[in-house]
Amino acid sequence: MITLNVNGRDYAIDADPTTPLLYVLRDDLRLNGAKFGCGLGQCGACTVIVDGETAYSCITPIAALAGRRIRTVEGLGTVERPSPLQQAFIDEQAAQCGYCIAGMIMRAQALLDRNPQPTDEEIRTHMQAGLCRCGTHMRILRAVRRAVGKPGSEAKA
Amino acid sequence: MKLRLLLAIIAASFGATTAWVVAGDALPPGLSTRPDRAMIDSGRVLATLGNCNVCHTAEGGATFAGGRPLATPFGTLYSTNITPDPATGIGRWSVEDFRRAMREGVAPDGRQLYPAFPYDHFARVDLRDIDAIYAYLMTRETVRASPPPNALRPPFGTRPLIAAWKLMYFHPEPIVADPSQSTEWNRGRYLVEGLAHCGACHSPRNAMGAEQSNRGLAGGDSEGWHAPPLDETSVAPNRWTADSLVIYLRSGFDEQHGASRGPMAPVTRNLANVPEADVRAIAIYIASLAGRSTTGPALAATREQLAATDVAPGHAQGALLYEGACASCHDRTLSGVQLEKSTAVTDVVPTNIIRVITDGLSPIDGEPSRSMPGFRGTFTAEQTAALVRYIRARYSRASPWPDVEVEVNKVRGERPPRSAS
Amino acid sequence: MKNAIPPRQVSRREFLGACAGVVVGFSLSSRAWAQAPEAAAPLPGSLRQTPFIDSWIRIAPDGTITVFTGKVELGQGIKTALIQVAAEELVVPPARIALVTADTARTPNEGYTAGSQSMSNSATAVMNAAAQAREIIADLAATKFGVAVESLKLGDGNVRAADGRSATYAELVAEQSLHVTAKPTSRLRDPKTRSVIGKPLQRVDIPAKVTGGVAYVHDLRLPGMLHARVLRPPTYRASVRSLAAAGVEKMPGVVKVVRNGSFIAVVAEREYQSVRALEELTRVTTWDTQPLGSAADLYGQLVSLPHDDYVIRDTPGGASAWTLEASYRRPYQMHGAIGPSCAVAQFQDGSVTVWTHSQGVYPLRGALVEMLRMPPERVRCIHMEGSGCYGHNGADDAAADAALIAVALPGRPVRVQWTREQEHAFEPYGSAMLGTVRAALNAQGSITDWQYEVWSGTHAARPGGSAGNLLPAWYLQEPFTLPVPQPIPQPEGGGDRNAIPLYSIPGLRVVHHFVPQMPLRVSALRSLGAYANVFAIESFMDELALKANADPVAFRMRHLRDGRAQDVLRLAADQFRWEQYTPRAGRGRGIAFARYKNLGAYAAVALEVKVDRESGRIEVLRAVCAVDAGDAVNLDGIRNQMEGGIIQSLSWTMYESVTYGPEGITSRDWNSYPILRFAGLPRTLEVHVLERPGTPFLGTGEAAQGPTAAALANALAHATGARIRELPITHQRVAAALAD
Repeated sequence: MITLNVNGRDYAIDADPTTPLLYVLRDDLRLNGAKFGCGLGQCGACTVIVDGETAYSCITPIAALAGRRIRTVEGLGTVERPSPLQQAFIDEQAAQCGYCIAGMIMRAQALLDRNPQPTDEEIRTHMQAGLCRCGTHMRILRAVRRAVGKPGSEAKA
Repeated sequence: MKLRLLLAIIAASFGATTAWVVAGDALPPGLSTRPDRAMIDSGRVLATLGNCNVCHTAEGGATFAGGRPLATPFGTLYSTNITPDPATGIGRWSVEDFRRAMREGVAPDGRQLYPAFPYDHFARVDLRDIDAIYAYLMTRETVRASPPPNALRPPFGTRPLIAAWKLMYFHPEPIVADPSQSTEWNRGRYLVEGLAHCGACHSPRNAMGAEQSNRGLAGGDSEGWHAPPLDETSVAPNRWTADSLVIYLRSGFDEQHGASRGPMAPVTRNLANVPEADVRAIAIYIASLAGRSTTGPALAATREQLAATDVAPGHAQGALLYEGACASCHDRTLSGVQLEKSTAVTDVVPTNIIRVITDGLSPIDGEPSRSMPGFRGTFTAEQTAALVRYIRARYSRASPWPDVEVEVNKVRGERPPRSAS
Repeated sequence: MKNAIPPRQVSRREFLGACAGVVVGFSLSSRAWAQAPEAAAPLPGSLRQTPFIDSWIRIAPDGTITVFTGKVELGQGIKTALIQVAAEELVVPPARIALVTADTARTPNEGYTAGSQSMSNSATAVMNAAAQAREIIADLAATKFGVAVESLKLGDGNVRAADGRSATYAELVAEQSLHVTAKPTSRLRDPKTRSVIGKPLQRVDIPAKVTGGVAYVHDLRLPGMLHARVLRPPTYRASVRSLAAAGVEKMPGVVKVVRNGSFIAVVAEREYQSVRALEELTRVTTWDTQPLGSAADLYGQLVSLPHDDYVIRDTPGGASAWTLEASYRRPYQMHGAIGPSCAVAQFQDGSVTVWTHSQGVYPLRGALVEMLRMPPERVRCIHMEGSGCYGHNGADDAAADAALIAVALPGRPVRVQWTREQEHAFEPYGSAMLGTVRAALNAQGSITDWQYEVWSGTHAARPGGSAGNLLPAWYLQEPFTLPVPQPIPQPEGGGDRNAIPLYSIPGLRVVHHFVPQMPLRVSALRSLGAYANVFAIESFMDELALKANADPVAFRMRHLRDGRAQDVLRLAADQFRWEQYTPRAGRGRGIAFARYKNLGAYAAVALEVKVDRESGRIEVLRAVCAVDAGDAVNLDGIRNQMEGGIIQSLSWTMYESVTYGPEGITSRDWNSYPILRFAGLPRTLEVHVLERPGTPFLGTGEAAQGPTAAALANALAHATGARIRELPITHQRVAAALAD
């Protein structure tokens, strides 16, 4: 039995301690944000934040997470009250299929938590580990810019 | 560490904003006649073997336009522009100027060059090869770009000090062929000790930063990574053979040894683009040294160790973390190297394995590669240390590393600009 | 961004020409009617196959308005666009509309959501059904209130008479069903008074996707659901030699190892248990395999495989010699959906229900019926979103996997999740293709003759009612074999999609060499043959322009007769500032144009690139696109699709080719099949939409693929003089081409 702190709440999880967090989030806690994209730590669809750092939940065993603070996209905001970053993604319509988006949001959030005024270059470099197959990248960058209050946009429309 | 991030950003923005290209096919001033095709092609191969493009290209910058930061114990240097731009590059250099820089470490205006530029190795390169590299570089595209000023700690910034350093440590000797060895072996030695400057990373240095000539290739440090020994003190659990070295050097991965990491990754990418015969020569030479090692095999895990299902006491946490995060790729599906074969596990310091675990091995943009995710966010410092200690205990016979946590904290204190997790 | 050019009035002739094969009862003014007599005229869009109004629109007693569509959300925004269309014609706010997407038990059968036809098929049907429903409701109200229809005001689900009396739609419809056949023409709302179509509306599905709501079939959780993983063979042709299932069945949580011939799956209570069980199952199973064949000389192989020849255009010309000839190559490329395929199935009381992200639930159902040997009424397929699929990927196969496993475990829902490696190795790829162009220029620099031959495998191996198109069916004890594919006929085409240039050329001959049996599994990938054909044609146009000493834009304009094509090309060039471009060493610009299928959306893409000679790396500095999608329902949706198409095409064009060897597919994950990441993005990317209100809807999902590829090759050639005709244009290829 392991106690996991997810989005500020403690949960008692009865699962094999080597279970990657991703499956616990999705199947035990019924949280949809973190997604299975590869299970290999290559695509970032499963990205969560642990103690302020991004982590691939697909390769993070819950044995490593006792006593640590886990945040998922559900912890940032809701449909009724999205967080500023989530609202920025909505305002920029920064999604096509949307499968990668929760991971992108968590990746961006970790950057903004550490550096509230990143440059465009810093944003682009930081987001590199996240894969998007639909080609929504420009909007994702615009959404992050929007969230930090930057004027104008990367891609004109 | 913020400094590395800052340096990388300076280097990147430098590449993007100040480089612009001077048009035209005109010969640069230093070049008297256009070199023939064969010489340029030969120069291309030699420059690739010498890895000029690695140091002299900033991240995101134009090739050979310089601006890449090199962190040394004496401060940070920025590589120079070696495109044939007359104003900011080597466009005005004659071939004699180039020879002097490469083999003596002196610029055309007489200034001493910092030995971070490995002229102690290039001094061993034949004039004919130097001239071919010159021909190649002088026929590249010109890029107008000046590197940021060097940030060396006083008094290391003063060039006359280098003259003194050279008096003490710079005693180049030409390589004489060993008649008892094959042509290939001799060519390999010529390349390794000369142009490929392997010792620049793989040799220990003294306090003044000079390579210890009596311990060439006995292991060294480069940009925060440990460059393992390539001589008979090699720690590779499976002895290197020429064949496995050829595979490793040309593809960046060998099943019996693992992946090339850190500063070695761009080297293996370059070696994929030179004739295989040259790589084989290098491999034969290195294998003649490292292949004699008894050190490495003596550190290798025994079959009983690997077969044992019970975990050594004191490693329960590390074993559990390994099972959850590492075993899938490294034991069950074998998309990662088996750790009992990896030099990172038997090495004298845990630096490399800590770096790989923390920041992963980044994929190369647009190329198939062996990469590995980073676990910086997955593990705490304490967990990383436990995991590293476990891996050392389980996958080798080597004695435990001291101060693993200190090294873990040091690595975690630096944040690479491009995250791998 | 609103473009500066006012929309052209589309002439009737152009309009009718554009409707080839799709007759739509549109009008440009508020009350005009289409030209054909009502009795003989076909119904608009998918109403043709599903003519009852209430198949599309239902109004419940509580006022809920439900719209049914046979199309599905792929991330292209179709749900939102359909809601807009229905809301406009029903005169209700979009929030009042509930949309049900493809379900074999509930919605019309609209085949596949593919071919960029959702707007022309489904939106057209929904728009007309909604308009006619509105008319029925208005007529009902007029009768009820005893007033003239024209005096009524409709809005927000109510009908109001001049004297203040009102009734809700629900009240009115309760008195009479919408179960009536649609008419061929509808009184559509005047485009000039629109309040929803063409106006911004945020995508209805995005809020849930950014906050962790249920959005995908991957998120479906049913009580008692089990987790399954399928064991796939090392390569296509394989059979199980030995399987020691007993050990796997003893692993924690494992419920069963399902086996039917060489189809093997492991089912467990918890997902991670199924992951571990699959690893073990892989270890203990041995296979007899047949080698896949080498990838060496891929194109030499392609043209020597048996093929059927189709001459799809043959207008003789008079040239005695060719000015230029060139061949263009495109390797196998993959969909690479970011979320590997997934499905949930349950077998209960003799019936199977499958939740799937298949693009076509009806054709899938037909194939499952054959595979399971069950009657159609006992198999139900319900669409839930997957990640973007970009064509025929593993979705249908995962559905078949789930159905097979569910039947072996009656009563319990079973969730099948493909692994990343399985999606990479077993999805059907975009076929390798080779296109050879020859053309002759006259003294004035105009093209007089043009010949194009293209070799390609099939782009259509979708289930289509045949079990043999389902991957797991190949491995069953009583296997189904892959049916011999048939080419998709023109004007749509498969490997010959967009093989006929839109340019006006007197002597034109186009031949499609259709290769029915390819060494790798192939099917539909976004834009089908158009990607490679437009790459070839538009690269060649630049090569010809160079020969004719003509500007690439002017050269194309000279040969275009279609006014809308000219407008799009001009818009892209103007926004790119093509005329003002000053060349700099190492930099170049390229432009390309195509009308998707010569029937669909018009798109022009212009790129500026910077090339590093030594590394061969191309950086895209600027990407400018102009698109004409006909009547634009959701402008932002169009822009989103074009941006995405451009970036995806840049990835295909600069990075992607499937690798394989005798042992099987070696592109197994993102390391071995890298795609474009943030570092490879253009610095800026603009999309300009040319709106044509009142004209037929033209889907934009596939319009950018071909033009982007050619624009890149053209820009590279302009920057460096190097013309690369083999995809992908990797930095190694560029460096090799530039090595002096």
